[in-house]
Amino acid sequence: MKKKQYKEKKKNWFLYFGGAIVVVMVVLILLGYVWTPYDPNAMDGAAKAQAPSLLHLMGTDNFGRDIFSRVLQGAGTTFFIALCVVAIGAVCGTVIGALTGYFGGWGDEILMRICDSITAFPSILLALVMIAVLGPGKWNVIIVLGILFIPSFARIVRGEYAKCKDLNYIKSARLMGAGHVRIMVRHILPNIWPVLLPAISIGFNNAVLAEASMSFLGVGVSPTEASLGRMLSDAQSYLLRGLPWYALFVGFTIVLLILGFSLLGEGLQQRRRR
Amino acid sequence: MHYLLKKFCTLIITLFIVSLLAFCAFQLIGDPTTSMLGTNATPEQVEALRHELGFDRPLLVQYGDWLIHFVQGDMGTSYSYNMPVSEMVGSRIMVTFIMTMMAFIMTVVVSIPLGIFAARREGGVFDRIITAFDQIVMSIPPFFIGILLTCVFGLILHVFQPGSFDAVRGHPVAYITYMIFPALSIAIPRIAMTVKMLRSSILEQMGQDYIRTAYSRGLNRDGVLWGHALRNALIPVVTFVAVSVAEMVAGSIVIEQVFSIPGIGRLLLASISSRDIPVVQAIVVILALWVVVVNFIADVLYQYIDPRIRLN
Repeated sequence: MKKKQYKEKKKNWFLYFGGAIVVVMVVLILLGYVWTPYDPNAMDGAAKAQAPSLLHLMGTDNFGRDIFSRVLQGAGTTFFIALCVVAIGAVCGTVIGALTGYFGGWGDEILMRICDSITAFPSILLALVMIAVLGPGKWNVIIVLGILFIPSFARIVRGEYAKCKDLNYIKSARLMGAGHVRIMVRHILPNIWPVLLPAISIGFNNAVLAEASMSFLGVGVSPTEASLGRMLSDAQSYLLRGLPWYALFVGFTIVLLILGFSLLGEGLQQRRRR
Repeated sequence: MHYLLKKFCTLIITLFIVSLLAFCAFQLIGDPTTSMLGTNATPEQVEALRHELGFDRPLLVQYGDWLIHFVQGDMGTSYSYNMPVSEMVGSRIMVTFIMTMMAFIMTVVVSIPLGIFAARREGGVFDRIITAFDQIVMSIPPFFIGILLTCVFGLILHVFQPGSFDAVRGHPVAYITYMIFPALSIAIPRIAMTVKMLRSSILEQMGQDYIRTAYSRGLNRDGVLWGHALRNALIPVVTFVAVSVAEMVAGSIVIEQVFSIPGIGRLLLASISSRDIPVVQAIVVILALWVVVVNFIADVLYQYIDPRIRLN
């Protein structure tokens, strides 16, 4: 019994570490929108393929472009896409999940079946197929991934609504004359935040991964835009020519972003369980 | 039996819907006449080619025609290479299949012992190391794992020569050595997920009432774990591992690109960018078939190892 009490006081390291990584990355990315040490596209003929130094924190690539500036810009693109994707997924998923979970019935049945069949297929395959139909580009990636992210949110929210709708405080709200919309928005929604928040964090993790994979495959953002996945695929060709730090820095930036959000999600989930 | 039959019907219906969607979506966007004839073609030429390819018929007729041929093994003719799609897909699918199977075996062989050992001493040093390691590994995208493996084993240790797939084709030993690394890049994230899942599944079982009964009969922790908890804890894991075979094929699309392996994923990407619709359609339907069949097998396995489902 004593052991258990001690455990409950234990610090939530997942939350602290994840939160710290996310805050640092987001601050750097926001900084990258307004200021980068060099122009990300400026080629410096005198400084080609340099190793990391104080002048160029992550070195330079074959054209003499500063890798740190490019990573900042690429992370910005990736983060922006992830933000839009999660926003689409979370908002549409919450609306669909709330309606189906609250009202139930055949609409619920049909929508959940559709969600099931979408999640049965590997998302990268679905994304590739949809991109093949729509064509590549930043906004198409956002639309495709946004749609693919809806089912997971819808399922989580639906479960919570279905659980909450028969609780006593909802019944009492109904007795006091509250309408369906008011109950859904004012009474149930605030109570599902603890569930939605970790889901959003994990969603960010998956969105960064998905965007990076698609850009890596060359079906994501257009070649003129820097994104972490596309940079990594460029960097891979330099790998064989003895310029490993380009790929390593870009790769570890992706890892840090994903790690931050997954730890944060895990931490938020643990906080809810206590 | 009733349950299986129901699942089997769902499988057939799903496949039918998927193939219909895939066919229509691509057929609507993929009018190949401009890319085949160029922009200078006269309307008569375009019309003649559309008639030759059957594009002037109703969509559903085209679909029925395509489906019947597909079932017979005739997947149409590639626009870009002017050769039968089945020939192009056939040899590549083997490469992807071998890679996926290697990754699957690695996942099962590595993750189950690791998961059991982590759960055996909850909170112990080994458990903490595995949990921390798991969390980090799960954050590394598979393609970056591939790049790291290329860096370490290809460029520093020279175990294999990156990008030399064609050279190792005829030599079984070199072939397997080359394929270990892409298979490993697919397997590593899966291993991390499976370990995490198995660990929490075992720990969940260890808190159940029947485990307390087993303890009270005088068994020690190992006896309870091996004799009672493990069997039940493995049920969700078996399904998860079975379903991950489907995910692994999708993952191989990315990994083939990293290691430049001419598998089905590279063909899919190349065909998407060159708008070679018959090839894309065929590959999408084959992959969908793979996913649906794997899910079906997972369902069968699940009901075989968990009698509670059979009773329902």
